[in-house]
Amino acid sequence: TPVLAEKYGLGRTATQDEIAAWDRDVFPDGSNLPEGSGSVEVGEEVFVDNCAVCHGDFAEGVGNWPKLSGGADTLADEDPLKTVGSYWPYLSTTFDYVRRSMPFGAAQTLSDDDVYGIVAYILYSNDLVDDDFVLSKETFTSVKMPNSDGFVIDDRAATEYSNFTNRCMSDCKPAAVSITKTVVFPGDPNAGAEPLETQAAAPAPAPA
Amino acid sequence: MSDSSNTNGPSRRGFLQGAAAAGVAVGAAGAAKAEGDPLITEVQEWASGLGDGVDASPYGMPIEFEGDVVRRNVEWLTADTISSINFTPIHALDGTITPQGCAFERHHSGAISLKKEDYRLMINGLVDTPLVFSYADLERFPRVSRTFFLECAANTGMEWAGAQLNGSQYTHGMIHNMEYTGVSLRTLLEEAGLDAAGDLAGKWLYVEGADASSNGRSIPMEKALDDCMIAFKANGEALRMEHGYPVRLVVPGWEGNMWVKWLRRMEVMDAPVESREETSKYTDTLENGTSRKWTWVMDAKSVVTSPSPQMPIKHGKGPLVITGLAWSGRGAITAVDVSLDGGVTWAEARLAEPGKAMALTRFYLDIDWDGSEMFLQSRAMDDTGYVQPTKAQLRDVRGVNSIYHNNCIQTWHVDANGEANNVEVS
Repeated sequence: TPVLAEKYGLGRTATQDEIAAWDRDVFPDGSNLPEGSGSVEVGEEVFVDNCAVCHGDFAEGVGNWPKLSGGADTLADEDPLKTVGSYWPYLSTTFDYVRRSMPFGAAQTLSDDDVYGIVAYILYSNDLVDDDFVLSKETFTSVKMPNSDGFVIDDRAATEYSNFTNRCMSDCKPAAVSITKTVVFPGDPNAGAEPLETQAAAPAPAPA
Repeated sequence: MSDSSNTNGPSRRGFLQGAAAAGVAVGAAGAAKAEGDPLITEVQEWASGLGDGVDASPYGMPIEFEGDVVRRNVEWLTADTISSINFTPIHALDGTITPQGCAFERHHSGAISLKKEDYRLMINGLVDTPLVFSYADLERFPRVSRTFFLECAANTGMEWAGAQLNGSQYTHGMIHNMEYTGVSLRTLLEEAGLDAAGDLAGKWLYVEGADASSNGRSIPMEKALDDCMIAFKANGEALRMEHGYPVRLVVPGWEGNMWVKWLRRMEVMDAPVESREETSKYTDTLENGTSRKWTWVMDAKSVVTSPSPQMPIKHGKGPLVITGLAWSGRGAITAVDVSLDGGVTWAEARLAEPGKAMALTRFYLDIDWDGSEMFLQSRAMDDTGYVQPTKAQLRDVRGVNSIYHNNCIQTWHVDANGEANNVEVS
């Protein structure tokens, strides 16, 4: 039931141009995509000019910058590589995010055709389309993302909460407690950040 | 550590030797004759001269001796410092309110400078009237004030595979707790009118910021209408630039990423956007390669902040205050237990105040330390009956690659010298 409440008469009506300027969401079913198109071939040129300095000529990533390609079938590995190709469930997210927030430091400077081309090139870099592919509003939903079925909605209530209720107070485990892992980066983590050689654990990935 | 600290209570003679050795004495001639601590027996400069005038510091900073109570980043965690994280010095704080100036930051395209005159908030989508508010408009709505923790989903995330960073600031410092003042989201949404959305049960609210990253997230309407708010004040004053000035979203109990800063637009929708920050990021990969999405709530968690690696015991045996923080996104903390032996036996700690829903809670356990090694742990329980799990329990369900939502019990190994280290124990 809709909410009934007093109104205060604050604010003003948003104009259609204002809404169009800020509301640029693209949904998984492709709705709200703009007119336009871009080929893998054109996308490669735009990508090399605007993206490759951080993401590499083949979207493979430079240094610690995000890798956009590769990692197919690694999600259950010890060290998964999560990229657009191996991990992202929806192509809409790539278009939406590139158009809204890339290139890093100069966001919202690409034309819609450029964004279509870049996304086509990222798909090609992940071996998901051929080199003559042209991405457009019409071809958008023809692309199947490999990990589109790889997500489940938060199931902690079923898989965890009922298990985590034991408030044991004494004799909770064998008395001989031993250290199984010591800290990898002792001291100031900025002072060299050299891991102890005896530790097998690799440095953690970036937090997000 | 001075000799006196290893005896049963410092003798007067031992104390004097300690003071002399530390070079505390001022005015050697007087000290030689005086029987007592020269800091007491001699008139000190501050007890004779003058301090600063009231015009010296219109907006004050902490005294210089507290210069190490600051945010710290860890350079190698991220590719650069713009889309990055820093850490609250929780090891050195007490109580529950986080001073804004050292409260952690997480940006995806840097902390932007957005003045109130340039600020606009749009509400559009399935509303009766799409609206634009100025900052001044927002200040005219009825206000609410509430205190909540904000914890980054990635807090403790580097610790999944093992013990990595040495200090509660680094392992648990992607968190702050502030008293927010603003307007409830319900009030703002009702102003735009929700009749157009029809049955609200299946509706979503997409929220995004004014910065280049936008940080767009989808929130189910039930949560938006329940307890979310927009805030323009925190701990009594305007938000800091780095925390979203002039307006941010407050999403009590839910992962920090959803607390969109520099909030510029909210859209009522039939379906979630499935944006970058809820697909590529803030999804939690399990051992079999599938991933959880929409893991919004931050579960019950705690950490001993002192003693801890950055807070070694320097005073020797005897009375010791063990203290820390506990919190839960699913309600109020009802109890915190502390173990000195790595989880074999537990004692219930004392809460400084009764736990408040979705806010930090301070706990204390006062012990008489005999100088033997300890494996310090804390374990929070909330009012749903949920008991904070061990890392092994979480790994059994999730593996080690879920990055986010690590609320495991932390262990500090305290040795006979009082030094503490981050460890995992059997």
